[in-house]
Amino acid sequence: MGSPSPYLPGLATIMKIEEQTAMEKLFMVRPNDGKPLGHKPGQFVEVSVFGVGECPISVSSAPNKKADFEICVRRAGNVTNALHNLKAGDVIGIRGPYGTHFPAEDLRGKDLLFVAGGLGIVPLRSFINYVLERRKDYGRIIVLFGARTPADRLFKAELASLARRPDLEYLETVDVGDASWKGNVGVITTLFPKFAIDPKKTYAVMVGPPVMYRFAIAAARAKGLADDHIIVSFERKMKCGLGKCGHCQMGPVYVCQEGPVFNFAAIKNLEEALS
Amino acid sequence: MGGDMNLAIIEKEGLRLFVAEILRQKNTVVGVKDQSAVSSIPGDSGFYTYAPINSPEELTLSFDVTLIPPKKYLLPAYEQLLTFNLSPGSIKADVPKEELIVFGVHPYDIIAINQMDKVFSTVPQDNHYLERRKRTTIIGIDPVKVAPRAFWSSMGADTVASGFDLMLTDIGQCYVVDVGSKKGASLLKMAPRTREAAPAEVKERDKVRAGARKRCDANRLSFSYLELPSLLDGKEEHVIWEEKSHLCFSCGTCNLVCPTCYCFDVRDDVSIDLKKGSRYRTWDGCLLSDFAQVAGGGNFRGHRADRYRHRFYRKGQFIYRRFGDIACVGCGRCSAQCPSDIADPVAVFNRLKEGI
Ligand SMILES: Cc1cc2nc3c(=O)[nH]c(=O)nc-3n(C[C@H](O)[C@H](O)[C@H](O)COP(=O)(O)OP(=O)(O)OC[C@H]3O[C@@H](n4cnc5c(N)ncnc54)[C@H](O)[C@@H]3O)c2cc1C
Ligand code: SF4
Ligand code: SF4
Ligand code: FES
Repeated sequence: MGSPSPYLPGLATIMKIEEQTAMEKLFMVRPNDGKPLGHKPGQFVEVSVFGVGECPISVSSAPNKKADFEICVRRAGNVTNALHNLKAGDVIGIRGPYGTHFPAEDLRGKDLLFVAGGLGIVPLRSFINYVLERRKDYGRIIVLFGARTPADRLFKAELASLARRPDLEYLETVDVGDASWKGNVGVITTLFPKFAIDPKKTYAVMVGPPVMYRFAIAAARAKGLADDHIIVSFERKMKCGLGKCGHCQMGPVYVCQEGPVFNFAAIKNLEEALS
Repeated sequence: MGGDMNLAIIEKEGLRLFVAEILRQKNTVVGVKDQSAVSSIPGDSGFYTYAPINSPEELTLSFDVTLIPPKKYLLPAYEQLLTFNLSPGSIKADVPKEELIVFGVHPYDIIAINQMDKVFSTVPQDNHYLERRKRTTIIGIDPVKVAPRAFWSSMGADTVASGFDLMLTDIGQCYVVDVGSKKGASLLKMAPRTREAAPAEVKERDKVRAGARKRCDANRLSFSYLELPSLLDGKEEHVIWEEKSHLCFSCGTCNLVCPTCYCFDVRDDVSIDLKKGSRYRTWDGCLLSDFAQVAGGGNFRGHRADRYRHRFYRKGQFIYRRFGDIACVGCGRCSAQCPSDIADPVAVFNRLKEGI
């Protein structure tokens, strides 16, 4: 017997909350049944705050054997605000994991160019950490991270330790700097002239706000990357995560089923793919 | 599938007694009611709705089309999915348990239900829908009256081979009954004085169907409906979307009244004492301006023309490529009920075919 309802979430407890920025908090969540989610990098869960609603949130931690996993949530509306008001020990609901994942296996031996715009770092973090746990299996790794302002930068300590790794190239930028900011200023594509790649061996994996894709894809193409070497994760409105409610459609494609992770070549001709 | 082997005859009076017996045995029955008496529009030829039936006299089987399709019984406009305590947190699924007999469903609406069956039984299955569907008995009726805007005859929806438990055809003095399921067969046992249909009566049924089909052909797609998916290829930038949607109120009526539209919203409700809550779904529509709008105001289908176009692509191409069905059955409800009369698939598809 399966679950009586695909909408029935499992209960889970918030173990720890860490404030990342004024807008984002990182939650460590433990399913009450003690079973690991079994997610793959790039997948998402439907998070419930009972009495408020449900919304799709990427799993930010890499898969591991422990039941605990992490989500990083921006305060954006009803459910996400309610999540921000919770404290450790509070119970939420979790359904999933749902959706497609980054093709971690297929990308073994390849050079990886991660392009993370803003919150895009949240799902990419799962994949980056997955890859770093298997560093030998992958080729060169370049991580690009762009935030709006220095105060919006997520995972500051983690990214700083990435930047120190000798086996990884890390470049970051902010759209608008401040007095303390000494790094690059400009949108994420301004980082592209700073490195060279072997387009045959390299795959770009990009996640960011809708406006980022058109420009980041153009920049990746300009570096010689073929469209099937570009992997994206798209966000759309979601209500069910089950391919039923219709909200996540991008033309004929249901992003909650065929996505959120897509090979760009497969969807580039869809009328509604890029905004 | 009902072969001729299964064809029976019920006399008109027998049908009245059949309905009375079904009701006497405490079954919940919904059927079509003639609401012309309710209409305040002078000269209105009347309209029909599905509603609970408490006596055979309330039921009409000679209707052209109902305002809202019978989907409201399979995917209720408000359907509770879960019940929970807000703290310390316990939660359960509300799976429907009520049995229902829907009396009088036209073939095009049964085809639409068959399409919903496919959608909701695709993994991950939607048990809420499937349970309700399992507990619903469908008694079909072939149309004799044809709604002015209907065009089901050119959408391959004049007859239906499965999806009903019983299918009636009014051949004048009596009904020919096609038995579509075991459930239908055992229900039919409640009908008095049924007998096997004679060959002449089966022929008469074909004549009745052909007559209705011909009347429906007065308003039709100018080409085979199976061409729709390829016709729509590359028409995303056609002027028709901007031109017609200019008059669109984004009211969502075309979604609401469509038997193949099933998109929904999911929301939570909280009891007044803030102790219990429920999660429910309600109908939603891709023509509504906030359908694809996300937190913060971004909208993935913010332009009226894009929403308008999306619906026609869904009807003529998207659902076909996903589930193998053309998701318009030609009921003509959207055509008749759109306040701007821009929702009519015949008008849009024929124009795309003409290439102008
Ligand atoms: C695959 C995927 C992964 C995501 N991962 C994250 C993440 O890791 N961290 C994070 O902070 N945000 C993430 N989001 C965005 C997040 O889902 C929205 O910010 C959230 O749904 C807003 O819900 P709300 O109730 O607070 O806002 P409201 O405006 O009250 O939204 C009401 C409902 O609409 C739907 N909705 C609204 N906005 C969105 C949206 N942007 N995307 C999808 N559905 C929406 C949800 O069902 C939501 O419950 C992700 C979205 C998707 C599609
Ligand atoms: S019924 Fe007509 S006006 Fe209303 S949303 Fe549909 S097309 Fe637009
Ligand atoms: S699109 Fe219009 S005509 Fe076609 S099935 Fe829906 S309501 Fe009926
Ligand atoms: S979120 Fe409901 S269909 Fe994709």
